[in-house]
Amino acid sequence: MTKVSSTLAPTGGRTRGGLAWFSRYGALAAFGVLLVFNIAVTPYFLSLQTLNINITQVCTIIIVAVGMNLVIATGGIDLSVGSLMAISGVLAPMIFLGQVVHIGNPALAVAFAIVIAIGVAGLLGLFNGWLVSRFGIQPIVATLILFIAGRGIAQVLVDGNLQTFSVPQFAWIGQGSLLGIPTQAFVMAAIVAAALWAMRRTRFGRYVLAVGGNERAASMSALPVRRIKLAVYAISGLCAGVAGLVVIAINSASDANQIGLGTELDAIAAVAVGGSSLGGGQARLLGTVLGALTIQLIRYTLLANGVPDAAALVVKAGVIALAVWLQQAQRRT
Amino acid sequence: MEASRLERLFKHGATLALVALIAFGALRYDNFLSLYNVMSVCRTNAMFALVSLGMCFVIMTGGIDLSVGSVAALASVAAAKASPLGVTGGLAAGVAVGLAAGVVNGLLVTRARLLPFIATLVTMLAANGCALLLAGNQSVAVSYTSGFTGIGQGDLGIFPVPALIVVALYALGSLILHRTSAGRSVLATGGGEEASRLMGLRPDATKFAVYAASGALAGLAGVLLAAGSGAGQPTEGVGWELFAIASVVIGGTLLTGGAGSVLATLAGVLLMGTLFTVLNFENGLGVISLSAYWQSVIRGLMLLVVVILQATVMQRRHRHAT
Amino acid sequence: MGVLTARPPSAHEGAAHGETSAAPLLEIRGLQKRYAGVVALADAQLRIGYGEVHALMGQNGAGKSTLIKTLTGYVRRDGGDVRFLGEPFEVNSPQEAQRCGISTIYQEINLVPLLSVAENICLGRAPRRRGLLDWAAMRTEAKSLLGRFGIDIDVSRPLGQFSNAVQQMTAIARAIGFSSKLVIMDEPTSSLNNEEVERLFTVVRQLKADGVSVIFVSHKLDEIYAISDRITIMRDGHWVHSADARDLGKLDLVSHMLGRDMTGAHGKTTAFTHSAGGSPRDTLLRVESIGADALARDVSFDLRRGEILGMAGLLGSGRSETARLVFGADAPARGSMQFGGAPYRPHAVADAVAAGMGFCTEDRKVEGIFPEMSVADNITICMLAKMGRGGLLDEQRLSQLARTLIAQLGIKCSSPAQKIRELSGGNQQKVLLARWIATQPRLLILDEPTRGIDIGAKAEIQRLIRGLVDEGQSVLMISSELDELLEGADRIVVLRDGQSVAHLEGAGISRAAIVEAMAHGRPASAEGTMQ
Repeated sequence: MTKVSSTLAPTGGRTRGGLAWFSRYGALAAFGVLLVFNIAVTPYFLSLQTLNINITQVCTIIIVAVGMNLVIATGGIDLSVGSLMAISGVLAPMIFLGQVVHIGNPALAVAFAIVIAIGVAGLLGLFNGWLVSRFGIQPIVATLILFIAGRGIAQVLVDGNLQTFSVPQFAWIGQGSLLGIPTQAFVMAAIVAAALWAMRRTRFGRYVLAVGGNERAASMSALPVRRIKLAVYAISGLCAGVAGLVVIAINSASDANQIGLGTELDAIAAVAVGGSSLGGGQARLLGTVLGALTIQLIRYTLLANGVPDAAALVVKAGVIALAVWLQQAQRRT
Repeated sequence: MEASRLERLFKHGATLALVALIAFGALRYDNFLSLYNVMSVCRTNAMFALVSLGMCFVIMTGGIDLSVGSVAALASVAAAKASPLGVTGGLAAGVAVGLAAGVVNGLLVTRARLLPFIATLVTMLAANGCALLLAGNQSVAVSYTSGFTGIGQGDLGIFPVPALIVVALYALGSLILHRTSAGRSVLATGGGEEASRLMGLRPDATKFAVYAASGALAGLAGVLLAAGSGAGQPTEGVGWELFAIASVVIGGTLLTGGAGSVLATLAGVLLMGTLFTVLNFENGLGVISLSAYWQSVIRGLMLLVVVILQATVMQRRHRHAT
Repeated sequence: MGVLTARPPSAHEGAAHGETSAAPLLEIRGLQKRYAGVVALADAQLRIGYGEVHALMGQNGAGKSTLIKTLTGYVRRDGGDVRFLGEPFEVNSPQEAQRCGISTIYQEINLVPLLSVAENICLGRAPRRRGLLDWAAMRTEAKSLLGRFGIDIDVSRPLGQFSNAVQQMTAIARAIGFSSKLVIMDEPTSSLNNEEVERLFTVVRQLKADGVSVIFVSHKLDEIYAISDRITIMRDGHWVHSADARDLGKLDLVSHMLGRDMTGAHGKTTAFTHSAGGSPRDTLLRVESIGADALARDVSFDLRRGEILGMAGLLGSGRSETARLVFGADAPARGSMQFGGAPYRPHAVADAVAAGMGFCTEDRKVEGIFPEMSVADNITICMLAKMGRGGLLDEQRLSQLARTLIAQLGIKCSSPAQKIRELSGGNQQKVLLARWIATQPRLLILDEPTRGIDIGAKAEIQRLIRGLVDEGQSVLMISSELDELLEGADRIVVLRDGQSVAHLEGAGISRAAIVEAMAHGRPASAEGTMQ
């Protein structure tokens, strides 16, 4: 019996000020600093055009990051999202261009394509969840499978060819705008809002946090642990499906080799910087959004001021390392 | 003891599958076993083999190294830049760069206590950025007059130099794993970190060493990439870590750490490489037309089968234990 | 590198029987250790001679583990004097302790199951030939070490493929290989069968014959008496008593452990009050010969509506395991249960909860609280399905529920939204209690409900439990504190070695009866199987 019994271990008191503050408000502070810096230094920063550019680039990441946040909240991770984006982004044009089934009405074809593409991505996400919950396979490994095979499936479907299309009923998703703000921003906002609502107002949200917070306690409290895990991976897949569609809508082009490349890492980075513990039990959705925006803003700041994109990668790496380290250090106090 | 039958399947599964695949290819296609083809497969897959060797050791400690692809790319650029100094110059530059990246990984994991996944993710991004910066966003041609390309394109007798390097390093790796305390330390760290500490072994030092080694091997792979293709390529290397992880797992090494085989990893690498060749030959026959993209799908499937098998063994072992 | 026979010149047979002869192997005096304000060891002492098997006993929180940790270098002591082999002793790590000659065999085998038996024995000081590991020499040494215990196995197979008993022996062989002079065995027999225990004892006797001393930590009285020369009892961080095994009776031993003189103890020490009702109540839960493989083997009892059934037993007697079987957390291998008059076979916890059970687990940190969630969320987590429509939460009702329970149980928190991990242990326990009370279960299972809680909170919880029962709640209460059982339980079932050995009620309930059952009890021949 060399375990320290619960009588001896002191219960966790309030976390120490400095590090705890950083963990909660670090992203916000960084974002604020960057904003101020850019307003002061970068030319044309406060323009609608700049806003549009940044939003376009960050939307898909945020959409994927929402699903990723839920998965991480249960103590897991989803590496396959980039590949699922590719599958979705390849399937949709195939359908509404009539390559799979012929549908007369273009609007109907587009609607059908959207549903199928997102649905397939969701089913593949469910597959991930099944591997994790039924076999107890580590999430990294389970999702690695589709990470490898998923993009291959997308490439096989179109033989690696670029698909371009001119279908206005679809393109508005990526190219349209409402009140000067790109449509995908609304899509993103809707998804974030839905996720926030689910986490705060539904049973499901509480269960997700419980499973990630203490899985054994969750089992002993008769929570449906397996079903929750299946659900979050399916949701992550669905988000990836949506993101894939947005990406191809932006340029009216679908390149199986490029869609979603590196997005899983961007999403994980957004979650980490946003303050949700990578070990599970927390889902700071707004933090994640802020994390994605911060990383995007860092990138933009560097770019707009003449620093090569490559260097931005190094900076991004540093930011992620710092954010995760700070979180871990704070949790250890 | 059903578990042990499955475990034996793991240990030798990759080798058996490889033999079966080679037999299939030899029977079905002409020239499959030709000297040219065999050596060609060896030369092409040498880089992946090196990266997989490093990954094998890292995974055996219970960790993972996502940075190997980007580090190899960075090393290839460094080697290309140093190539005018000849083989030694290019080699030293590439391996040094890889080693440095590996050391960073080792420090992040053992000192900053970051999860290996995060730590190597960070290094991957940073190496990617550094590669692009160093190369100026383009490929960097190597010097053809300094003899540097020999290490990638040359032969020693009938054997391509890269293949010989791989064989030598795998032999060394296997020796270290089976016959040295350091090698057993690797397995002990993955199989029970606390227990190994109590045994007087040093898991932190072991972990640091494997990440450093993985980096160095990735560096060497980058050197071969530059020498073999004639250019340092900052964007190549994408997906190498996946290839490596898949090879290691298919070879029977447990992803949870603590058990594995260097030679089986080589079998895994060759299995995946041969698969590509078989696909090419199959396309050549004209009966079917499978694009190269099918590779990833098939790799994913192989990984799936192995992973589920491993998980089933684990679950069964767990049930027997209590 | 065989066994070092550690015999100081003046040692003789007498030393093995605890007479204070020449310098002892190990002498500890006045050992102190605090953890962040909690006193783990207040005044511990121990004296062990050469070639002596010394049992160290005490309940949870007695300080045994802390004592051992200071000896093995896991923690540093705050005060006190330790002398080993006649010299002052201070180590900073388990490896250092091992080098000095103290080895520890842990309850959970702390070896590497995927490595071979030979490696587990030799790594860390492995023989080499020309710089490389000499496998042949390793195998030979491993075989010879194990051979001394009568074990002949293929030492090149992974350790994990062998039984727990063999793994234990391997751990011991490793300790010997390191020329240890003192081997500490922490609950070494918890997963061994009788034959394997005998083999272990042979090993221990061998060690003794070689002059190596053994500290034997166990809760199994029969084993202690079979193997030990001397016994030391600790309680609440203090040394209580040391004596030769042959001079100490079982009942005295148990009394020392539990802290009450057999003939004394009047007046109440808990906040429990007995309800008046002696009227017969109907049976709510009937458990017949339930058992799984590990620690709960053959348990039977009846629990009546509206009563507190206490479950007594020493550590390792299978109480928590039985509770898990009843709650559906583990699958029983044999036996049957009836709940509310109907057959009851839960396949999962959800079945138990649906049938109307609640379970406050023993270790709230590991299986109880959701640390990052609020007090209110922790309380309402089991009620989310019942309070809400179609997946949506009825925030108002839930918050009302949380508030009511917080008030009812007197949970001290700054607000229902405060994170549970910031609360004291006692308040956390109340939250867990509230969680299950909220589900209005027909049966509430409480596993050590007042463990690790200060006196004030203890009393509150005891009052709460009684209050619930007075209103008709049925409770199965597992407790290691005799007073709680004596003063709180209406009837008591006593477990020993995974079997129910006594069912006490009415006048049959007394301290003596419980202790007697825990120490000597055998299941009635009518129920249960042999022995």
